[in-house]
Order: sequence, then C-alpha cells, then structure tokens
Amino acid sequence: MAKILIPTALRAFTDGKSEAEAEGKTVGEVIAAFAAAYPDIARHLYDEEGRLRSYVNVFVGDENIRGFGGLDAPVKDGETVTLVPAIAGGGAGRA
Amino acid sequence: MRILDMVGNTPLIELANMAKAFPGVTVLGKAEFANPSGSVKDRAAKAMLLDGIEKGLLTKGKTVADATSGNTGIAYAMIGAALGYRVSLYMPANTSMERKRMIRYLGAEIVETSPLESSDGAFRAVREALAREPGRYFYPDQYNNPANPGAHYETTGREIWEQTGRSVTHFAASMGTSGTFTGAARRLKEENPNVRAIAVQPDSPFHGIEGTKHMASTIRPGILDESLQDDVVYVTTEEAYETTRRLALQEGIFAGISSGANVAAALKIAGAAPAGSVIVTILCDSGARYLSDRFWDPPQTEGIFDWNI
Repeated sequence: MAKILIPTALRAFTDGKSEAEAEGKTVGEVIAAFAAAYPDIARHLYDEEGRLRSYVNVFVGDENIRGFGGLDAPVKDGETVTLVPAIAGGGAGRA
Repeated sequence: MRILDMVGNTPLIELANMAKAFPGVTVLGKAEFANPSGSVKDRAAKAMLLDGIEKGLLTKGKTVADATSGNTGIAYAMIGAALGYRVSLYMPANTSMERKRMIRYLGAEIVETSPLESSDGAFRAVREALAREPGRYFYPDQYNNPANPGAHYETTGREIWEQTGRSVTHFAASMGTSGTFTGAARRLKEENPNVRAIAVQPDSPFHGIEGTKHMASTIRPGILDESLQDDVVYVTTEEAYETTRRLALQEGIFAGISSGANVAAALKIAGAAPAGSVIVTILCDSGARYLSDRFWDPPQTEGIFDWNI
C-alpha cells in the first residue's frame, strides 16, 4: 500500500482529503488505483486516450519519476507518491 | 528616463497569421512582455508600491512582502532595487528556476511554500509572516489591492481603447489576481458598454497554465468583479501549450503559457464572432521565462508527451 499526497486543486474530488492510500507495484498502478477510488478525479489526471496528462509531475518520495522509469517506476510498500501540477515547470521543485 | 517610466504603453500586435481562418475578424495581442521586467505585472506592482509610498505605508526600511507565482515578484524585485526597498516573496516551490533566479539577481529574498498548495499556500504563508511581525513589512496584497485593477483601468484599458482607434469589440484575459481583467474590462465598458469582456479560465482546477487561477476552486480575489464578465471561455492546458508553440512558429512571438491560453481563447471567440470584430487579448510574458519547461518540444504523439522516456 502506498500513500498518495493530494494537491489542494484535487481535494474537491476527494471530500477534502489531503491523503489517500492506494495499492500498486508501480507508480502507474498506484495512480490508477487512486483514480478508480475517486472516479471524478480521472478526467483531471488522464486525457481522452487514458494517458496521464503531460503537465502532471509525479514524485516517489523526493524523486521525480521522469528520471526513474516514468510510470513504470516501482513503488515500495509505505512509500509516498505526490502529484504536483507542473505549473512553472523546472518541475523538480519540492518544498 | 528611469526604469519605472518604461512600464506600460506596450505595442498591440496583430496576430494575422493565426487569425487567417476568420476573415473580417481582427485578433490583437497586447505585448506585455515589452514591460521592463518582462511581464504585465509591472503595471500593478508599480501602481501598488507607488500608492503605498504616497499613503505613507511603504517607508524607508520596510520590506515589501507578498505572495506571487513569479511575475509580480520579479516586478517587485525590479522596483525594490530601483527605489531602494528590500523585497521578500512567498512563492510555491514549483515556480520555475528562471523566475527564482531573476528575483534573486534583482536582490530580493524568496520564501518557498508547498507546491501542493499552489498560490493559496503562498497567500496563507505571507499572511502568517505579517501576523508575526506586522511592523516590518509593507504588504501590497495584490489579490485585494484596488490599485492593482486601478493600474489596468488607467493604463491597459485606456491604451487598448486608443490603440484600436476605439474599435475594440471583445476583450479576453485570463485571471490570476484578476487585476488585468477587472481593470481593463471596467475601462473598456465605460468607454463603450457594448464591448464584451470574456474571462479565460483553465478547464480544470488541476492545470498547468502558470499564473492563472481556477476561480471556482481557489481563494477568491477581493478585487474580482464578476459583474464585468459577459462570458467565460475554458482552455485546457494542452490547448494553451499548443497555442504557445504556434505563437512562436506562426507569428514569431516567443511568449509564455498564459499568453497561449489567452490567444487560444481569443481564437475560439474569433470563430464565433461576426465580421468586423476586433478581439484584444493579453500577451502576459515572454517564453524566455519558461525555457526549462518541457512543453516547447512537440509532443511525441498527437498532443501528448510520452511519459516513458
């Protein structure tokens, strides 16, 4: 089970919750399980063809997965997956 | 001439190539990247700081502090350097490297806030800092300061009216603080009540259109005046990216993402507008501010970035 940190912009679709848990061995599976649990969220994360939108940045722990296998990047039990819109790019910025 | 005198009076550029599909309709972009710090935000920043000085609220030794996603911060930093005030800026950590560097090289301090909370997080953080040491700061509060839309009423709106020879029929602008939209729309409607003011909005609360706020899901700016909105046009992040690339390739205008969103909306409006329409929108900043962004590279497959590279 991985923990997902939910950005404020998506909390309207998660009853205000800022965290969720989702099952999956890869980042892609974890996000898909999260989107399945909150159906209204899917169109904000995926395009019409079911691909993750290009401006969504995904971190596992502190690492941007773009450099670590993309959606195939493995997620270990208890790890944190963070979704951040790539507003202002650079992309790597984390607080 | 001083650097502050260079703010405003920006050119109005005809987007003739992109508007070719709409005969009889003129689409114009206000070249706000021509302002001295490179964005439309120079207008509001200058007006708010000069207003603070005039009212005795911004005095020597005080630090200018505000929440910003970048461009207002760069404008404050420029003006602070020119006039001799310290500047402290609260911004989401996912703001682009280009902006953070420019702010630092202009001598201002950056306090990074949670990227998960976007501009609302920066807004709350600056308010907490003010509450701790109220006497130390001048807080322009760009989301709630009437001098922000006031600057666009006095300058942007008036310039558009004059530069179009009073022929503007539609004004479309995205909203961050809503200052540009509110001030310019108010002025244009006063000049001619038939001018249609169209707000440009991201289609989703979770979007990548820098500097714009999805109003329905975020803290409402106090300066927002919905009564001025005749219509709202929604733009997807993908449309904004694509139009930003087209601005560069088809018009030779190297502008930023919110300019792309604005032009995408202006072209949608053009598609439904009668011949003789003159549609004006805002080219908010330069593409040079987004050089580290990935969207410049054409998508690998139709409209989509390949996630697995």
